Amino acid sequence: MDQAKTARTYLLVLLFIGLRGFGNLLLAYGTKRLPAVLGVHPAAYLQSILDPAVAAGIAMLIFSMFTRLALLSVADLSFVLPVTAVGYVLAAALGKVFLHEEVTAIRWLAACLIFSGVAVVGATPQNTTQEARAK
Amino acid sequence: MKWLLVAITVVATALSDLLQSYELKRAGEQSVSARGIARLAGMVVRRRYLILSIVCLAFSFFAFMALVQSQPLSFAVPASAASFILETIAAKLVLGEQVGKRRAAGTLLVLCGIVLLAR
Repeated sequence: MDQAKTARTYLLVLLFIGLRGFGNLLLAYGTKRLPAVLGVHPAAYLQSILDPAVAAGIAMLIFSMFTRLALLSVADLSFVLPVTAVGYVLAAALGKVFLHEEVTAIRWLAACLIFSGVAVVGATPQNTTQEARAK
Repeated sequence: MKWLLVAITVVATALSDLLQSYELKRAGEQSVSARGIARLAGMVVRRRYLILSIVCLAFSFFAFMALVQSQPLSFAVPASAASFILETIAAKLVLGEQVGKRRAAGTLLVLCGIVLLAR
């Protein structure tokens, strides 16, 4: 795989992580201030979409879904899953900054493990099925 | 209730990802330009497996939405990552991806990190 393709893949990874992280943050922020409990009331879900933060979160998550589809067209699922896991670190960081959720020392260790894993997986071929499917 | 929501999120996510990966690899390289998004949107409403994947994604999404309302985001996000193992095994067995030692080791490192993140 040439460098341009690799760079394009990582650009899609970054775009996906950003959209997903901020989309989830807006969703969490919006749903936590809703009066009704979600889970068993379909009407409550529909009503929640009227909340601006929830609506913006959903829009970002929809765009992130298209970004991920594009990513899956050029890279293996078993490559995309760990590499995009950096998003979990971003989620914890955003939770701490904006929602004042606790981030302990052990979570920073977790972030180091995730980044290490991503670095290891990032060194493997991005697409191992392309040639097989082309035949 | 929270573990039921986690289970729905995990299984539905895994199914959705497998279907998407299979169909997108068949479709070839896609982009996120305006035209690329329109093309992807067209594929989502036309291709059977992608339609099914969106249905799974909807189940996953609503279960996750209920989860983040009642639990901290820093629990909900890592807990739903249990789909990692399920999906990596399925990617090898169903999609025929080459999950070598290095990729498996990296994935395990990431998974350990996600589990720690949930503590």
